[in-house]
Amino acid sequence: MYSDYDHILQRLNQGRLWDFHGGVHPPQLKSLSNKKAIETITMPKTLHVMAKQHIGVEGSLLVKEGDRVLKGQPLTHSTNPFSVPVHAPTSGYVRHIGPHVSAHPSGLPELAVEISTDEFETWAPLEPILDYQQKPKSKIVEAICNAGISGMGGAGFPTHIKSSPKKNVEFLIINGVECEPYITSDDRLMREHAWQIRQGIDILVHLLSPKLVIIAIEDNKPEAIEAMQVACQENAKYRVVSIPTKYPAGGEKQLIQILTNREVPGNGLPIDVGVIMQNVGTCFAIADAIFTGTPLIRRVVTLTGQAFKRPQNVWAPIGTPLSHLLEVGHYKAHKQRDRKLIMGGPMMGFETINDDVPVVKITNCILAPSASEIQAPSAEQPCIRCSACADACPASLLPQQLFWHSQAKEYEKAQEQNLFDCIECGACAYVCPSEIPLVHYYRVAKADIRTQEQEKAQADKARLRFEARKERLEREQKEREEKHAKAAAARKKAMSEKGNDAKDKIAAALARAKAKKQGNTAAPTSQESAQPSNASVDSPQAQQINSDSKQTETSKQDKVAAAIARAKAKRAAAKEAATKETSETAKPEQAAATATSKTDNSAVDDKSDSDKSNSDKTATETPPAKVQSSKQEKVSIAIAKAKAKREAIKKAQQSQSADSENAESAQTDKPQVDTQPNENKPGENQPVDSKQEQPQTDGSSEEKPDPTAKQKAIAAAIAKAKAKKLAKANASENESAKTQSSTEQDNKAPETASKKAPTGQQGEKLTAAQIRKQKVEAAVAKAREQNRIAKLKRAEKAAKKSSSSAADKDEN
Amino acid sequence: MTLALALIVIGIMALIFGAILGYAAIRFRVESDPLVEQIDALLPQTQCGQCGFPGCRPYAESIANGDDINKCPPGGDATIKQLAELMGVEAKPLDAAHGQEDVKKVAFIREDECIGCTKCIQACPVDAIIGAAKQMHTVIQDECTGCDLCVDPCPVDCIDMIPIEQNTSSWRWQLDAIPVKQVN
Repeated sequence: MYSDYDHILQRLNQGRLWDFHGGVHPPQLKSLSNKKAIETITMPKTLHVMAKQHIGVEGSLLVKEGDRVLKGQPLTHSTNPFSVPVHAPTSGYVRHIGPHVSAHPSGLPELAVEISTDEFETWAPLEPILDYQQKPKSKIVEAICNAGISGMGGAGFPTHIKSSPKKNVEFLIINGVECEPYITSDDRLMREHAWQIRQGIDILVHLLSPKLVIIAIEDNKPEAIEAMQVACQENAKYRVVSIPTKYPAGGEKQLIQILTNREVPGNGLPIDVGVIMQNVGTCFAIADAIFTGTPLIRRVVTLTGQAFKRPQNVWAPIGTPLSHLLEVGHYKAHKQRDRKLIMGGPMMGFETINDDVPVVKITNCILAPSASEIQAPSAEQPCIRCSACADACPASLLPQQLFWHSQAKEYEKAQEQNLFDCIECGACAYVCPSEIPLVHYYRVAKADIRTQEQEKAQADKARLRFEARKERLEREQKEREEKHAKAAAARKKAMSEKGNDAKDKIAAALARAKAKKQGNTAAPTSQESAQPSNASVDSPQAQQINSDSKQTETSKQDKVAAAIARAKAKRAAAKEAATKETSETAKPEQAAATATSKTDNSAVDDKSDSDKSNSDKTATETPPAKVQSSKQEKVSIAIAKAKAKREAIKKAQQSQSADSENAESAQTDKPQVDTQPNENKPGENQPVDSKQEQPQTDGSSEEKPDPTAKQKAIAAAIAKAKAKKLAKANASENESAKTQSSTEQDNKAPETASKKAPTGQQGEKLTAAQIRKQKVEAAVAKAREQNRIAKLKRAEKAAKKSSSSAADKDEN
Repeated sequence: MTLALALIVIGIMALIFGAILGYAAIRFRVESDPLVEQIDALLPQTQCGQCGFPGCRPYAESIANGDDINKCPPGGDATIKQLAELMGVEAKPLDAAHGQEDVKKVAFIREDECIGCTKCIQACPVDAIIGAAKQMHTVIQDECTGCDLCVDPCPVDCIDMIPIEQNTSSWRWQLDAIPVKQVN
């Protein structure tokens, strides 16, 4: 039921009010402290000004240790709208900035500015706004904010936010209820400073333009009511309303309900029902801030309880340590059984941790009850479901249900029971016959729920960050792979360029060795050897030269092609092997030639480029050596090679990469060693290898005897060259360009090498003979790898090439 | 005749309503939160891997496929309870094999001992450590999930896991109500 303005006005005119549910009537005990005027106390030697004294965020410090500060000088500053500054309550020096026990039930240290005061109380320059009605409202709101004013009733909500609402304000309620027992600070303030409070109200009215201003005061403060009535009598819009004494009538939502019968939504604000509420102390501070420019640096604090010899209200500078107030009030420790000093009222206050706790903007009372006044809490008894708490609850909650759920940590159910609508007034605990500290349970539950929510928010953030990171890592991984692929390609290129030099050298060395061999084995070689040397340089090309003049022209290109082709041919080689066999059987010579070419390629493939170079060169070298002895030998060697590789391919199941290098050398070496006894080689290979090669071996054996052996050898060489060409054609264009250059280099190097070679090495023979077997095995391993890599298509292509090359050879 | 007519009419109506329903099913389709998402939302997202999975989401997927719900020490009993509710299974006590529930901690790098190896940065699942090679690293406390994963990789053992300090906003009330007694 939402009461409209007229209805409310009518009720107010009739002097009839509404009521809120529940409430309790604790002994007021206000007469202890409300007899004497508010006293200005001596300035304490040290002030601890907490950096944050309101709801919201703390500002950043404007002073540093050792600075001299003036009275009213701001100590913090923040651009955050939910922040108000704190000010130096008097002049002095900043002695220390750091954590200090806070005016909070936990007493956990918080950032504070410790000021050692001097006796001068030198004011900082103040900027009063006397003609506030002529100033824009934003200026006034800003001034209120800069004065550090936050709600002084207890919550500490920044006042400037309340002073600039987005919605229309029907009622401005000035809260002078002060319903908690013992506390009389607002009472005394209204009695003594009603005029200034009215000035503050005027400013708020200017800012908020409410339809009606209600000054609500409990009927146990007749002097205050009278004072306010006198102060407000000029303005018909201001109504001083006496409300019945009941705790907690001073609660914001309860007071609104009493005056307007409107209920503030659970998670809403009073402005949602057209109401703004300000404490009388806040109004006083606003008037101070606007008309004198004085920021909020002091407040009225009630010193009360029977342990104070002189209970009274005092003007306590913000930051005054508790110990100083105890001195002022003549605290008698012996009147208490245990030292028990309560900051705030008996219902909602908290026990202070020690005497260093400073006064903050929401500190309205220091209660030092005597031993007889407040009992130590007796043992908690089980809940008897008497429902007295539900009767007392001003928020119409079910405290015993909340208690059950909170105790069992069933927070969802507690929230279903509107736990967060609890204002922690303590009425339920006050009436509880089992003396269950109900509010305590609610506070724990609320803290837990808030923590859980915070953790949830953090978890969500962590999830986002985790997912973002995962995404990033994946992206980086992909980029890295791409980069690596590029780098690998570049390296291959570079290798194919540079690697050839190395190849050349190795080839040269090999050539030398062969030359030596030749020198040893065959005398009649000098002229021929020269030829072979050249041939060896160009390997396949050279052979081509021998056979065809036109091929020599293209020899270089062929080489390049060969280099490229090697890589591809290798792959193909594995596959080809099978296909070749058939072809070989048909044309053993050609097949052998192609086989050698491919085998060379394959060997190259297995290893890095350098390996390739070695194998190629060696392969090329082998022919020359043979040439010297006989072209037949060459052919036979080629065949042997081919067989070995095939065998390797087929058999292939042993050592691999490590062996492969050896294998290459072995392959090359074998032919060399075997030059004369070609047949032996194939024979050796056969046992090692599978039966497949037998046909080849047969073919090779047949070849040897042929009178046309030379021709055949040449043909084989040509075939190789062609095979390589074809392979090259398949190969990528980029590589071809570089390979050309590299091949050219290769050609030169081998030539020189081959010429010098004759001086070479006999030792190689021996070693070669010994190592043969191993090499063969290695070759086999290599071949296997090649096989694996090889793809059918390439194999087919290679087969075609070989056949075509054979055809070419025939033509030649 | 009338029977045939009735059948035809009813049939046509059935087609019309069927079309309407079909359209509505597409037009007003409710996107339900997949189970994995719901489970993942309950997990604490420390990405600590104590459950044996590389992160909270993989564990959520595993739970959705029937894995035990009591493998998350950072989540503790609260998470197990929530998961049990969501999955409709009995809440079990935390599986000790995956660790014990501990107070919330954050990593702290003793900065003068840090050698700038970036190993902790690579280990951090939420990018809560900032620094560069051969530069001092530090932990962004607000982002740290306390997963512990950065401690082991540190070659100089300069990372501590320190419990989060309590402040007035995270403090849990331990205060008993202050009873008032009638004076005299």
